[in-house]
Amino acid sequence: MFNPESIIRKGRPKGYLRETLVRSFLRGITYLIVIIALMIFGKILIDGAPAIFTSKFPFVDIEFLTAKNETLHVFDDAQGTRHQLPASKYSDYVNAHAGATLYNEQTFSYSGGGIAGPIVGTALLTIGSMILALFFGVSAAIYLAEYAKQSPFIHAVRLAILNLAGIPSIVFGLFGFSVFVLAVPIITNTPSDRSMLTIPLMVGNYVLSFQGWNSSLIAGCATLACMILPVIITASEESLRAVPQGFRDASLAMGGTRWQTIRKCVLPYSLPGILTSSLLAIARVAGETAPIMFTAAVAAKDDLPWQGLSNPFGVLSSQVQALPYHIYTLAARIPNSEYTERAQYGSVFVFLVLVASLSFGSMILRAKLRKKLKW
Amino acid sequence: MSEHQEIFPSHENLPDVMVGIRDLCFNYGSSQALKHINLELKQNKVTAFIGPSGCGKSTLLRCINRMNDEIPGTRVTQGSIRVEGVDIYDRSVDVVKLRRDVGMVFQKSNPFPRSIYENVAFGLRMRGEKNKVVLDQVVEESLKDSALWDEVKDRLQESALGLSGGQQQRLCIARTIAVKPLVVLMDEPCSALDPIATAKVEELIYNLKKDYTFVVVTHNMQQASRVSDETAFFFMGELIEFSETRRIFSNPKLKKTEDYISGRFG
Repeated sequence: MFNPESIIRKGRPKGYLRETLVRSFLRGITYLIVIIALMIFGKILIDGAPAIFTSKFPFVDIEFLTAKNETLHVFDDAQGTRHQLPASKYSDYVNAHAGATLYNEQTFSYSGGGIAGPIVGTALLTIGSMILALFFGVSAAIYLAEYAKQSPFIHAVRLAILNLAGIPSIVFGLFGFSVFVLAVPIITNTPSDRSMLTIPLMVGNYVLSFQGWNSSLIAGCATLACMILPVIITASEESLRAVPQGFRDASLAMGGTRWQTIRKCVLPYSLPGILTSSLLAIARVAGETAPIMFTAAVAAKDDLPWQGLSNPFGVLSSQVQALPYHIYTLAARIPNSEYTERAQYGSVFVFLVLVASLSFGSMILRAKLRKKLKW
Repeated sequence: MSEHQEIFPSHENLPDVMVGIRDLCFNYGSSQALKHINLELKQNKVTAFIGPSGCGKSTLLRCINRMNDEIPGTRVTQGSIRVEGVDIYDRSVDVVKLRRDVGMVFQKSNPFPRSIYENVAFGLRMRGEKNKVVLDQVVEESLKDSALWDEVKDRLQESALGLSGGQQQRLCIARTIAVKPLVVLMDEPCSALDPIATAKVEELIYNLKKDYTFVVVTHNMQQASRVSDETAFFFMGELIEFSETRRIFSNPKLKKTEDYISGRFG
């Protein structure tokens, strides 16, 4: 039977209205998400930029980035001029104007000076945790991808690693506190009272004391490293598996040992993938507050971590300030007013720029390495 | 054991046997891929393995340098392979050393994304050879032996990935013979190459067999007849017929061999 309708259908296809509605709905949701993201960035940019950028050369408030954090003193002098001075300059002012009366004096903790301490602390925490996480994560990934045979046990191990990624960061914080701060062993000749167990070593009166590392940079790094391990392991394993099997076969067939094969024919070609995904993990580490609250971070610290130390390794056992924790302190622990906004939005702005540039950097690195490494 | 020896005379007694395969059975998981294979590969000869896909010829090839160890769930269930009289599946055998003696060229050319020079020097470097003079010499010799020297001598430091497919495969052969193995296993070395590149590879096999023992797996009957001295025909995991290439192609003993060679199946 000849039916022209069956060959050329005229008019709107069946379900046209529904198709249009679904498409518009999905598009609307997508745009909404973009708008929300833009609003967040916009708010921080508009409020934070004035704290960082100045109208005079070099257009960036260097002092805010390089000065240490201080209490902000706000007061009127006898002429009615309003002054905002960080603690150190405030004492200079008081000394210079001995006997002068100050009116309407207010102080705001953590709001004066700059944020050099938090920036340095975050940098140290990030670098330290990346070194630890890369070492342990890549080692585990090499084992899982290159050595382990498929078995129920290895399957369970993989599942456990994946589940590690789902643990809330505050749990990591408490874990880090109870393990790294309070329990890991150290070698010392003066064990602390709270040491859980001391094992005497045969050298001098040194003992292996399970007393933890205290709240310190190294404890914070270890906690953060635990938190990003699953990301690093999973990403590294994928990068290792992406290396063509032919490279391994060729090396093995030429009489390479397994480790030679991995070191020369697998790792070099998976390293770019490992590094780029690790950079994304860095961005996450840099932004975490909960894991470092109990393990490494302090709200106020007069010196930079390496100042006033007898040996360079002391930096590992010193506490640090950190940007996310600093922001938390500024937002939650002090009364908000017009005088604290500079510190608050300025810190958030600097933080956002740092994290964004890390993400951006990893994208550029990935694009570059992809171009360079092809087979 | 004594019973075995009566059925299969000791390979060690035959001076020109390089690889002796005796009653070999091999399993992928629970499925048997090779069934009671008996075969002798003679020194300085080229042996071709032919047969339809899935007949076990590549599996047998990979047994000879134990590359199957890399595939989980596989094992030799019975029999032995002896290289120069040594049972390579014996516990005391170091797989790494075995593979130095039994090299392999793969179906898909797989040069490392390094320079041509580094590709050829790779095997020696893994063995700890650091002497630049020795390396230079071996690289040149190997590239000359694999008929690649004239084409690449001016760009040894350029990436191997810039070579054509045929050149890449010859580079892989150069890389394999750079470490001076006794046996070179080739798993369909020309299946991805055009006729001219194929002819070059066949020619270099012919020129090199005075120094090495070759085993070539191939789907190409003409190639088997051109390049090999002896041919083994496999079907469904069994060795059906094994004799001189001349004889197997002109006057096969079995109907199945004749059918396959003449293209009636497979």
